[in-house]
Amino acid sequence: MRYVKDVASVIRSKNAGPYELTFDLMFPDAETYEQVRHSITKAKIADLYKIDESQVLSIIHFAPAHAVKITIVRPRASGDLGETDVYGAQQHAPLLELTY
Amino acid sequence: MELRILSPTAILGYGFPLSSFQAGLERDPHVIAVDGGSTDPGPYYLGAGKSFTQRAPVKRDLYYLIQASLERGIPLIIGTAGGAGAKPHVEWTVDIIKEVLGELKATAKLAVIYSDVDPELLIQELKRGRIQPLGPVAPLTEEEIRGSSHIVAQMGLEPILQALEEGAQIIVAGRAYDPTVFAALPALQGYDLALALHMGKILECAAIAASPGSGSDCLFGYLQEDAFILEALSPQRQCTKLSVAAHTLYEKSDPYSLPGPGGTLDLRETRFEELPGGKVKVSGTRFVPTEKYFLKLEGARRIGYRTISIAGVRDPIMISQIGDVITAVKERVADNFRDIRDYQLHVHCYGKNGVMGALEPQPQPGHELGLVMEAVAPTQDIADTICSFFRSTLLHYGYPGRKSTAGNLAFPYSPSDISTGAVYTFSIYHLLEVDDPKGLFTVELREV
Repeated sequence: MRYVKDVASVIRSKNAGPYELTFDLMFPDAETYEQVRHSITKAKIADLYKIDESQVLSIIHFAPAHAVKITIVRPRASGDLGETDVYGAQQHAPLLELTY
Repeated sequence: MELRILSPTAILGYGFPLSSFQAGLERDPHVIAVDGGSTDPGPYYLGAGKSFTQRAPVKRDLYYLIQASLERGIPLIIGTAGGAGAKPHVEWTVDIIKEVLGELKATAKLAVIYSDVDPELLIQELKRGRIQPLGPVAPLTEEEIRGSSHIVAQMGLEPILQALEEGAQIIVAGRAYDPTVFAALPALQGYDLALALHMGKILECAAIAASPGSGSDCLFGYLQEDAFILEALSPQRQCTKLSVAAHTLYEKSDPYSLPGPGGTLDLRETRFEELPGGKVKVSGTRFVPTEKYFLKLEGARRIGYRTISIAGVRDPIMISQIGDVITAVKERVADNFRDIRDYQLHVHCYGKNGVMGALEPQPQPGHELGLVMEAVAPTQDIADTICSFFRSTLLHYGYPGRKSTAGNLAFPYSPSDISTGAVYTFSIYHLLEVDDPKGLFTVELREV
């Protein structure tokens, strides 16, 4: 078991519109991408963020960028009462615990 | 067959090095296009009718863009003017353009495209069942429509094509699908729509798609018959296969399928190839028209006024029970103002879960906490009152085991409370089915 953060070149989060939060995991080459991509599952993401699996909308593999994209429902619409991160740019930290 | 487009900066007002801009002009562009906005800074700017960029940097960018556009006789197209693209944002941008033209002692044929949507018309469309939520959003209601302070529709290519056909030199568009300002001239000249839109999708963020990325530097696009080529204009950066492909992921949920007005860009067959000289060639993208034409609607509604207060906590005994202390003080506030019910009190607890809130998997507090106390209420006066009372009660609250009896909070400022004004929420984020893609938009031509 190894940490994804040790082989990924990018781990980031951002709004995808005001109602969704999207995470990008990018890998330096096709080989690493192939090694890691299948171990990223909705169940693991739900567990890391302590959310219901139904809140994980999609996990998409994008070979041209050696990337795996994960999209979840935003806890609230961007800027709504109780907002903590309007741009959604600092919601990625739990992904540093992801293993493969 | 080649059409060349200069994208100066990711957002009008974010700036660009003049050396990069000059390098772009030397490549003889047919059009200069720039995106002015985004929903990313949140609902306030659309709701309040204000730009999230400042006037001085926007004017600085516009000065060089207008000067180059007039000297070369090529169109300048600005999308989502003023950040959110509603009427006050468009007027603000037009006002700056007039000022720049005055300084340049020049005149120009200006097209102004409004994207504001009449609430009454929208209510009719709602009743006809032509509005649907976009993503995880609640169905729209008449109340939300009536309560919204600004409602805009995101235009497709059609209104911009009309402005170009009518001979506009400078086009200021309200809320526009980001790629349209780049794809309009290619569409008019019969270039492949899929490639033109995909190129626009990348050019709209300018050098963010280069490596190293930057939101305040230029990107240049060469559109050909069956491909497009991207080039960074600063010697400090280049386009790589990875930087361009990676950009396709940015701020969207599915990189293979990018929906917009009238259809979807399909990237499943897209090829990214690196060319010598830091350029990237892109081909194979397809455009799949939707059976019906949908426009994205955006609206924001005012929900009250906010007052905040910032303070730190260093006492370990208080930190160990911070959640309980905050709950108890909130109850004290509620008890003291029994006749005021419609306020919201929220405490951001930095050092514990201030960044992630309920999503935080590790809410163990650090050795010091930063608290941002906020009250949102129907008037500024009530928000000031609630925030102030919460702050003073927390300062002197006697929690169990307390030894520091002189005060619980460290304030960096006097005054400690800040009234931040109106608070908005996104009220509309829906799709509207239309028969005429241009119907909602007004194109006005002016000599300025």
